[in-house]
Amino acid sequence: MIDGLQEILYTMRRNKLRTGLTAFGVFWGIFMLVLLLGAGRGMQNGMERRFMNDMSDTIWVHAGKTSIPYQGLGTERQITLTQEDMRAIEQLPGVRFLSSETPLGAFRQASANIVVGDRSGSFGVIGVADEYFDIKANIDFPGGRKLHLLDAEEQRKVAVIGTTVQQALFPPGISPLGQDIRINRVTFTVVGVFYDSGREGRMSERIYLPRSAFGQTFGGGERVSVIALRPEPSVDSYALEERVKELLQRRHQVAPEDRQAIRLHNMARQAEHFNQVFAGLNAFLWFVGLGTLTAGIVGVSNIMIITVKERTREIGVRKALGARPAGIVGGLLMESVLITGIAGYTGLVLGVGLLELVSYGLNALNLQLDFFAQPEVDFQLALTALALLVGVGALAGLAPALKAAAISPVEAMRAD
Amino acid sequence: MIKLDNLHKYYGTGAQRLHVLNGIDLHIREGELVSIMGSSGSGKSTLLNILGLLDQYDEGRYALAGQPMERLSEKQAAQYRNRMIGFVFQSFNLLPFKNALENVSLPLYYQGMSRKARSEQARHYLEQVGLADRMTHMPNELSGGQKQRVAIARALVTQPKVILADEPTGALDSVTTGEVMELLHRIHGEGNTLVIVTHEPEIAAQTQRQITLKDGRIVATPDGIAPSATEEPA
Ligand SMILES: Nc1ncnc2c1ncn2[C@@H]1O[C@H](COP(=O)(O)OP(=O)(O)OP(=O)(O)O)[C@@H](O)[C@H]1O
Ligand SMILES: [Mg+2]
Repeated sequence: MIDGLQEILYTMRRNKLRTGLTAFGVFWGIFMLVLLLGAGRGMQNGMERRFMNDMSDTIWVHAGKTSIPYQGLGTERQITLTQEDMRAIEQLPGVRFLSSETPLGAFRQASANIVVGDRSGSFGVIGVADEYFDIKANIDFPGGRKLHLLDAEEQRKVAVIGTTVQQALFPPGISPLGQDIRINRVTFTVVGVFYDSGREGRMSERIYLPRSAFGQTFGGGERVSVIALRPEPSVDSYALEERVKELLQRRHQVAPEDRQAIRLHNMARQAEHFNQVFAGLNAFLWFVGLGTLTAGIVGVSNIMIITVKERTREIGVRKALGARPAGIVGGLLMESVLITGIAGYTGLVLGVGLLELVSYGLNALNLQLDFFAQPEVDFQLALTALALLVGVGALAGLAPALKAAAISPVEAMRAD
Repeated sequence: MIKLDNLHKYYGTGAQRLHVLNGIDLHIREGELVSIMGSSGSGKSTLLNILGLLDQYDEGRYALAGQPMERLSEKQAAQYRNRMIGFVFQSFNLLPFKNALENVSLPLYYQGMSRKARSEQARHYLEQVGLADRMTHMPNELSGGQKQRVAIARALVTQPKVILADEPTGALDSVTTGEVMELLHRIHGEGNTLVIVTHEPEIAAQTQRQITLKDGRIVATPDGIAPSATEEPA
């Protein structure tokens, strides 16, 4: 075995340039494949971070004005979602998490005046119901904690603030945790800082309060402006969406075909759309990468044909000295596999290494590119590709090798 | 050692068919030194290649060391070539990228012998042919005579039953020819069986028996069997 390898290394060393070029073809093929897939993944990650921070199975419910007369009621009737609606939705089968948003002020975009010491700013303040952070389960909490059930039950006057709010209201180096902020002159204690990449980071300009303390302090009664829910894992989110829609339409006497009064936004649909786009992108990248790889393999095949031609005489001599056909085929195959294997593995490692480096660089420099984050490649997948490549490399060498082994020694030695 | 019965060999097919060997009967005994003469194209190389299992024959019988050489698989042929036959070619046929020692070791590699044992044995035979100081030289660093001596060492290294040489001195000048012939004689003297194809009458004259081929037939086999040669059991 070792001897066999040595024999092969001999012959490869004899043709350094050619071996090198062949190896480079395969190396480049795998390298590009890894880079392309990694870049595709990076784009996907970037897009996901930008648009998909809300769990991708969340259903958001908004209310508007009716657009179709129904049951004797006219159009332009403002529908208002309420706590009652929440309780009704809760009774539906298949609801896993349920929460709501109620902003301070009349409109959703309304903001409140926030004062901390001698600093002040204007930010959106939103009262959120119990399971809100199970719905926004993906947002980062660089400091402190999320709001939880006890905050609501004990009607604590606590708040979690976005990183943008923190930067505006607190000097650098001062932790906002445990500090008091005044929202429209009412004091709340900061218990957490979050970062939400949604809407290009503008979701981090918010302050969230527990629904109970919010209601007690700022009023608002039963009104909620947005309801959010997530289905049980086994439940079809489109079916649940349909059930919620029917329920709310019935409760508010809205025509089933009215698309304005009760609006549901199912993130699963968006996720599906994204997945389709990226499946397409990935397919394209695979196509290009595999094309490059195929070129490399054709290169190996060509080289093997040339090698065999060039070494016909040598093969004849070896046969005259007692080399078996299997040994000759095996040797040539090993050569082919060795070139593709080593070059491919190098390409794989360097490709993955480069991706890691880019990823590390982005993190270290704290660069947040809009369309690119954490390029990565499934190493398992890449290894499979490599195994495939080596297999194909062996096949590429097989035909010329079999041909070489079949030539009679006399014929072979006559060749020049 | 070698027994041929009515051996025929054709090249090509149909009207182009060439009857290269036309019924060869030949018996070469163990320890004989035999030369094959004949004009160019008379089939000398073809005959030697068949003896060496490098080529196939079409009709007749061939037995080597008492074993019939019929319908051999490629693998069997390779094994017989490796263990029973040593080849010396006119053009040496050394592998250019291997040094003298590695070239001589190669047949042993195909026997699956360990690297150390191969080198040891190869070294011994290189010493035998007087190239103790050229072991690590590459073929292109050797003279023609030296190359042929490496090739002879390579033919001897497996201690084969017969040594087949196709015009071993064909590419050498007269001085080196003398040296190589001296070496072949010494090898014969050690009890080896040798068959040498040659053009040169002086070389043929140095052998115990001359076989002359003409148009694929043996035309003259003067009984030049050495008295010392022993009859082998059929
Ligand atoms: N592969 C082949 N295909 C067709 N004809 C061949 C082939 N090999 C040899 N021949 C023919 O067979 C005949 C015998 O060839 P061979 O090489 O045995 O002659 P030779 O006696 O060795 O001649 P030389 O002294 O020139 O070496 C020649 O006529 C040659 O042309
Ligand atoms: Mg000839």
